[in-house]
Amino acid sequence: MNDLVEVRAGVYHDSVSLMRVSQALTSRPEVAVAVVAMATELNVGLARDLGFELPPATPGDLLVAIRASSPAGLEEAAAELERQFAERVPAGGTSGTQAPPRTVRAAARAWDATLALVSVPGEHAFPEALDAIEAGLSVMVFSDNVPVEQEVVLKDRALARGVLVMGPDCGTAVIGGAGLGFANVLRPGPVGVVAASGTGAQQVTSLLDLAGAGVSHLIGVGGRDLSAAVGGRSTIRALRALDEDPATELIVLVSKPPAPEVARAVQELGLSTPVVPALLGPGQDDLTAATEKALRALGRDVPEWPSWPVPPGVAPGPAGHAALRGLYSGGTLCTEAALVAGTGEFTDFGDDEYTRGRPHPMIDPALRLEAISAVESGVVLLDVVLGHGSDPDPSAWLAPAIAEAGARGVAVVVALVGTDGDPQGLRAQAARLNEAGAAVFTSNAAAARHARLLLSRAGG
Amino acid sequence: MTLSMLYGEPRVITVGASVLEEALDRQAVPQTRVDWRPPLPGTSEALARVLADPRREQANATAVGRLLSARPQLVGVRPAREVLGLEPGTFFHAGPPITWERASGPMRGALIGAMLFEGLAATPEEAEGRLASGEGVALDSCHHHRTVGPMAGVVSSSMWMLEVLDAEHGGTAYCSLNEGLGKVLRYGSYGPEVVDRLRWMGEVLGPVLAATLEVTGPIDLRSLIAQALQMGDELHNRNRAATSLLLREIAAAVVEAAPGRAAEVLRFVNGNDHFFLNAGMAAAKVSADAARGVPGSSLVVAMARNGTDFGIQVSGLGDRWFTGPAGVPDGLYLGGYGPDDANPDIGDSTITETSGLGGFAMAAAPAIVRFVGGDVSDAVAATTSMYEITMAEHPAYQIPGLGFRGTPVGIDVALVARTGLLPVVNTGIAGRVAGTGQVGAGLVNPPVEAFTAALTALAAA
Repeated sequence: MNDLVEVRAGVYHDSVSLMRVSQALTSRPEVAVAVVAMATELNVGLARDLGFELPPATPGDLLVAIRASSPAGLEEAAAELERQFAERVPAGGTSGTQAPPRTVRAAARAWDATLALVSVPGEHAFPEALDAIEAGLSVMVFSDNVPVEQEVVLKDRALARGVLVMGPDCGTAVIGGAGLGFANVLRPGPVGVVAASGTGAQQVTSLLDLAGAGVSHLIGVGGRDLSAAVGGRSTIRALRALDEDPATELIVLVSKPPAPEVARAVQELGLSTPVVPALLGPGQDDLTAATEKALRALGRDVPEWPSWPVPPGVAPGPAGHAALRGLYSGGTLCTEAALVAGTGEFTDFGDDEYTRGRPHPMIDPALRLEAISAVESGVVLLDVVLGHGSDPDPSAWLAPAIAEAGARGVAVVVALVGTDGDPQGLRAQAARLNEAGAAVFTSNAAAARHARLLLSRAGG
Repeated sequence: MTLSMLYGEPRVITVGASVLEEALDRQAVPQTRVDWRPPLPGTSEALARVLADPRREQANATAVGRLLSARPQLVGVRPAREVLGLEPGTFFHAGPPITWERASGPMRGALIGAMLFEGLAATPEEAEGRLASGEGVALDSCHHHRTVGPMAGVVSSSMWMLEVLDAEHGGTAYCSLNEGLGKVLRYGSYGPEVVDRLRWMGEVLGPVLAATLEVTGPIDLRSLIAQALQMGDELHNRNRAATSLLLREIAAAVVEAAPGRAAEVLRFVNGNDHFFLNAGMAAAKVSADAARGVPGSSLVVAMARNGTDFGIQVSGLGDRWFTGPAGVPDGLYLGGYGPDDANPDIGDSTITETSGLGGFAMAAAPAIVRFVGGDVSDAVAATTSMYEITMAEHPAYQIPGLGFRGTPVGIDVALVARTGLLPVVNTGIAGRVAGTGQVGAGLVNPPVEAFTAALTALAAA
């Protein structure tokens, strides 16, 4: 076999960068399989399952395992690997004297920052986030899989320092116009958002933007912040901060229904700025309805939310046994869709169990593509979230999958969350998905209702 | 309380996924990227516990504050039996405690030489027999007695010791007198010339220096070290400037105190570029000792090697040693010697690195970088990388070539585990075989396990 196996000690790249390298190698015709990853237990196991013989390695080492169809092909693949890595060496720092900082602590000493963004693997996030707090910086912890005890410690320390912890598992924030994590491009405006849900906040702020109302700041707090264990520590801090902010006229609070004692604490804050809750759950407004309430509270008109129905004749309704399959990248969007549709089997591919050791589905489409191709009949409902950080062109992989699904008699409905300012282009993406045969909605709730309607038409 | 991040232009420190960093670049948001790597294998749980310890931040500030504010002064030169209560037959040695059975060649050679010097044996064979049987012989670590010794670091009752007082915190530390280079006890030589020199040091050098200090009064080592750094010393492998400065301080007083012996004493000190090393080590020891015993602190207060083990002690963990095998230095060799002749790392002189000198101050000493195998940019890189694992920058010990930035001081066990960066140590290399002496000099890294073991103990403390 033409195998190249190498363990490089002390070389680190993040999982998304390595996935891109692996993809670039695998896409070469002479390469049968390529694993370029940190030598974690998961990745080592993966390479062993593929039949590679591996020397001992630790999670701090880089693992390279490439199998090619010929010795020449292997040589070319190895050269491509080096090209890929050469591109990833950070610019500057080549003099040997100006090495980049190795911790947030060192970076904060050398440079005057206003906040830190931590997205290292969750088990390693705590030291970096604590560094930021101890340096007097607010910090967004994008990483997931951070233990709740560590979250509480971080938030207590932050409170004592007068800074804020956004997260862990905080997918989005927009602070002073800067989009952090997965962030839509939002026009500036009067609405401040505090969100325990990343994609929920992206839905609300994207709709606000489409309605012409802008956002002052979008402050993420992490999915567990309003739980009893965390007690709304960051939510309360963020609400107070937005209440003080002269640019914020109205606050929207996006969350799952909070623990009762936390809800009470939030209500008793006595803020002078009105707060519109968008608390997703049975008997609550959906996110679109909550956004509409906020618009009316601002005295603005509620527009008709853009959607792109299936052109007649492009795709038939679902044929055969009609069931609904929800394949989501956003947890809150998934919950909302399941609530609105009231039926079907829903999977949140952004959940921890799918992201341990691999990138988020908003970056890596592999798992969802596999799931779409496995649906033989009925209706597929899925979300596509645009903005910075997300896949630069999701329709490129999704449109062919939609067309194939259509050919199998599967109807596809897409909730497309994004704004006209997003780098992917909301309308261009919508058009391509629609041309491939999908019904596309900017409101997730509307998409779910449409999916239910398709099912009922099919007599499901 | 106002949340400052909401006002003004966002400036972001990023650590982790490059896709998020690229997203900030596309928005033209100013950012500094952290070159993050996973921590040392198996340390992430202990790290989280140690970092979450509510005492840590203040404890480290207190401990490193004491290390930085120490004011070491050379106040006396006195016999070990007098200041350390050291009886004949008891020997202190470098590094963590060790037995004769586990001792390396140069450690054994130095102990044999000390037995001969003390008149406890007539021949090397007899000395070896006594040491091996343990009869009438006791060994202990210098560090357990406020003492440090270079290389084998063997101290016996008749040796004269430099006495250094910390004028700020009141502590005292001791180090023997430096014998010079070549065939010397500290590198494991024990021939007649070694023992004769030790006798002269006990009979002439020690008493003359003691009388000299009566004349000069305390000599401010903090200021002398600060000046030497600006003159191209790093105070471990290069002490030429510091020795010259010390000689200037004492020369006239030597003549006044001992006119009949002044020439030979001054000639001896002048002939040994490393004469100051032992004074610098005692200064470093007294400063590091001031930082001991702060509960919750992850500050390293001692790094020391006995030729077999490399050990560290941590402020929050009392007198416990955390050890791993001593490595063989990577460096240049004298004459016909090579790596096969080298003993593993040995000596208490790593107390200089512990206090922000030596390898940590390499950027101050471009003159020696080729001797330890490198060029000037390597020296600068070595020093700058040590800022990643230290708590502070020294207010008095500054490096002209880095814009008078203070040297990196105060090794944090947690930062070593997080970055995987090990302390850079400049060192001499002793011959493997007892009696050989020095064979070279170079750079060495401590063993990782000493730091991970200390971290684990801190997590349990």
